[in-house]
Amino acid sequence: MRTAFYLLPLAMAPLFANDFWLVQILGRALSLGVIALSLTFLAAYLGVVSFAQTTMAGVAGYTVAYFGPNTVDVGYELPFYVILPLAMIMATLSGALIGLIARRSQGIYAIMITLAIAVAFFYFTRQNYSVFNGWTGFSGLRAPDIAGINLRAPVPFYLLCLGVAALSLVLVNGFIKSPLGLTIQAVRDEPKRVLAIGIPTTPVIVAAYAFAGFIAGSGGILNIWLQERISSFSVGLGPIVDILVIAVIGGLKHPIGAFIGAIAFVLLDTFAVDFIDRERFNTLIGLVLLAIIMGAPDGLHGLAKSWLSRSAKRPAKIKT
Amino acid sequence: MFTNLRAITMTSILALGVFTAPASAEDIKIGVISILEGAFAALGQDGIRGAELAVAEAGGEVAGNKIEVITMSSDASPDSAVNAARKLIEQDGVDIIVGPLSGSEGLALRDLSKSYPAVTFLNGSSAAQDTTLRDSSDNFFRFGGDGAQWMAGVGNYAHDDLGYQKVAVVAEDYSFPYTQVLGFMTEFCAAGGSVPDKFWTPIGTKDYSSVVYSIPSDVDAIFVALGGADAVNFLTQYNQAGGDKPIIGGSITIDQSILDSEGPFKKQLIGAPAGTPTVSDLDGTEWKAFTASYTEHFPDGFTAPSIFAHHYYMSAHAAVLALEEVKGDLSGDQAAFRAALSDLQFVTPTGGTMRLDENRNGIVDNFVTEVFEREDGTLGNRVVKIISDVDQSLGQDPSAFLAQGPVSRDNPSCP
Repeated sequence: MRTAFYLLPLAMAPLFANDFWLVQILGRALSLGVIALSLTFLAAYLGVVSFAQTTMAGVAGYTVAYFGPNTVDVGYELPFYVILPLAMIMATLSGALIGLIARRSQGIYAIMITLAIAVAFFYFTRQNYSVFNGWTGFSGLRAPDIAGINLRAPVPFYLLCLGVAALSLVLVNGFIKSPLGLTIQAVRDEPKRVLAIGIPTTPVIVAAYAFAGFIAGSGGILNIWLQERISSFSVGLGPIVDILVIAVIGGLKHPIGAFIGAIAFVLLDTFAVDFIDRERFNTLIGLVLLAIIMGAPDGLHGLAKSWLSRSAKRPAKIKT
Repeated sequence: MFTNLRAITMTSILALGVFTAPASAEDIKIGVISILEGAFAALGQDGIRGAELAVAEAGGEVAGNKIEVITMSSDASPDSAVNAARKLIEQDGVDIIVGPLSGSEGLALRDLSKSYPAVTFLNGSSAAQDTTLRDSSDNFFRFGGDGAQWMAGVGNYAHDDLGYQKVAVVAEDYSFPYTQVLGFMTEFCAAGGSVPDKFWTPIGTKDYSSVVYSIPSDVDAIFVALGGADAVNFLTQYNQAGGDKPIIGGSITIDQSILDSEGPFKKQLIGAPAGTPTVSDLDGTEWKAFTASYTEHFPDGFTAPSIFAHHYYMSAHAAVLALEEVKGDLSGDQAAFRAALSDLQFVTPTGGTMRLDENRNGIVDNFVTEVFEREDGTLGNRVVKIISDVDQSLGQDPSAFLAQGPVSRDNPSCP
């Protein structure tokens, strides 16, 4: 019910928003939000901050680029109904692999190990020409046509992003209530007690990372359809930090925070240069982010929630 | 499939145009994309100055139409250049885009320009070869050369005048240095020289020791196509390791900031040749007038316009001249404006005549420079040769030049 309450106005957006807002603002925010959601999921339910979510998204993106239509003569073209499942499988596997490597690490060590993997992947894509086409990467990537509708046309692309975002939110909410999801949260809180009742923690942690890889992969595919290109820059330190920033300003406690953060981030990233002297716009972005983090330690979602609960309480006070 | 996408994009742009039509009837909007963040910020800023200078010299208007300049930053990545261009086109409704700064960004905007046939793209300073040579786009113009044209004359000078037979190459591993190496090797190999080894290093490399010790001892010189801190690091480490081969520089290797830095490697640079389209202390009336205008408009800018200000200026200047010719008329998908651009000829700040080839790439004049020691012991670059009318196929038959295949790590090769 509540999901429909949020979804309805969003689904109506094509009626009043122009193409720029649909694709460059909302579409971009939703696809970044899906990648950030995978980070929020790991942070909230496994208690691990992973810097490797952009890498998992990049694996899906590179799979689509290598096996899909591109203009750089690298790769092998397959039909899209083979590419998409393949890309999701690759992203899930990459998540599982990263989880396997990082399974014993927590806190700052998990950050370091996932960051190391992400940066290693970035340099690998930049140096390898046979699969990743190095510095230049892939361009001319087109989203497929399904039933005569091009998925990259503004309205279909926006609705697709909205659908994927809603679906992944539902998926995350369902997953955390499943036995496996509950075990993941148990591992977060008391790994020793989980072990003591006879459940090995490694498969549970790997499963959590693999699930995060699946979510990040779907965001990654949307993102390269939006950009119509992918290169080593797309998996570099900049995008890695962007995803972290999105997740943190949105709020790491609830999955919806990823999308709130993504909208705030994309708006800032796009329009800051219009509000302030062009040499200083990064300062403005930094100051706003700083203000959000200082004023709302639980992110924008936490802030909104506390405002809502405060305004809900006030009428109650008047009654007494 | 693609035409369908194109049709949809076109209709959506037209639909957008309906809403912005009242504003664009009087104002002409030029969007400028340059790198205003990160390591290139200071240089990218100078590119913007170049574009603004061209508009300011025209009095900020053409045939009664006000010109509005909107700037947007990219961060050297193709993704950010594409996002910046989309924002300028779809949100700000610009008619013309000037930019971007670096090679891979140029390739990305060339691809993007095919989706926006109603907007004209004028390259900033990006100099990858294939931006205009292969898959060129009808609405993408480059009033300048590519990285290979910027090396014209150096290969011959190294072989004929300096007598080098064997040269090793050390260059960064991306599209712009590839193009520079191609420009050097095309002449050098044709003149009879050989390049036994090429070393491609990632941009931002700090430790060059493995490269320094792999350079064959029987080469006559080393062609170094590295930029900024990479060049300083390599030259310092090469000198410290006892290397004494002469150096040949790329277009951004031996700039004044390197010559002004401290270090024993400087002595080794005296006499080193390099190729460049922009010489900051060129002795010519046009350049002196350009520098005077630059310092007058931007007292807080550099002491002389950089290669970036020079190239952004030429593109924006070309836009202004073509707009004057068509009296600011951009109707009919800018057809008249583009025809005017294609036929445009004007005198560049370096004294040459700028005009375009059929791929809308500039035919340019290039300079071979040499490092010399001034009387006070400081170093500077001086012009030893001017190569006029360098086209994109470097004087070869265009179809034979194309048949050599796209530039890469291994192409060209003459071991």
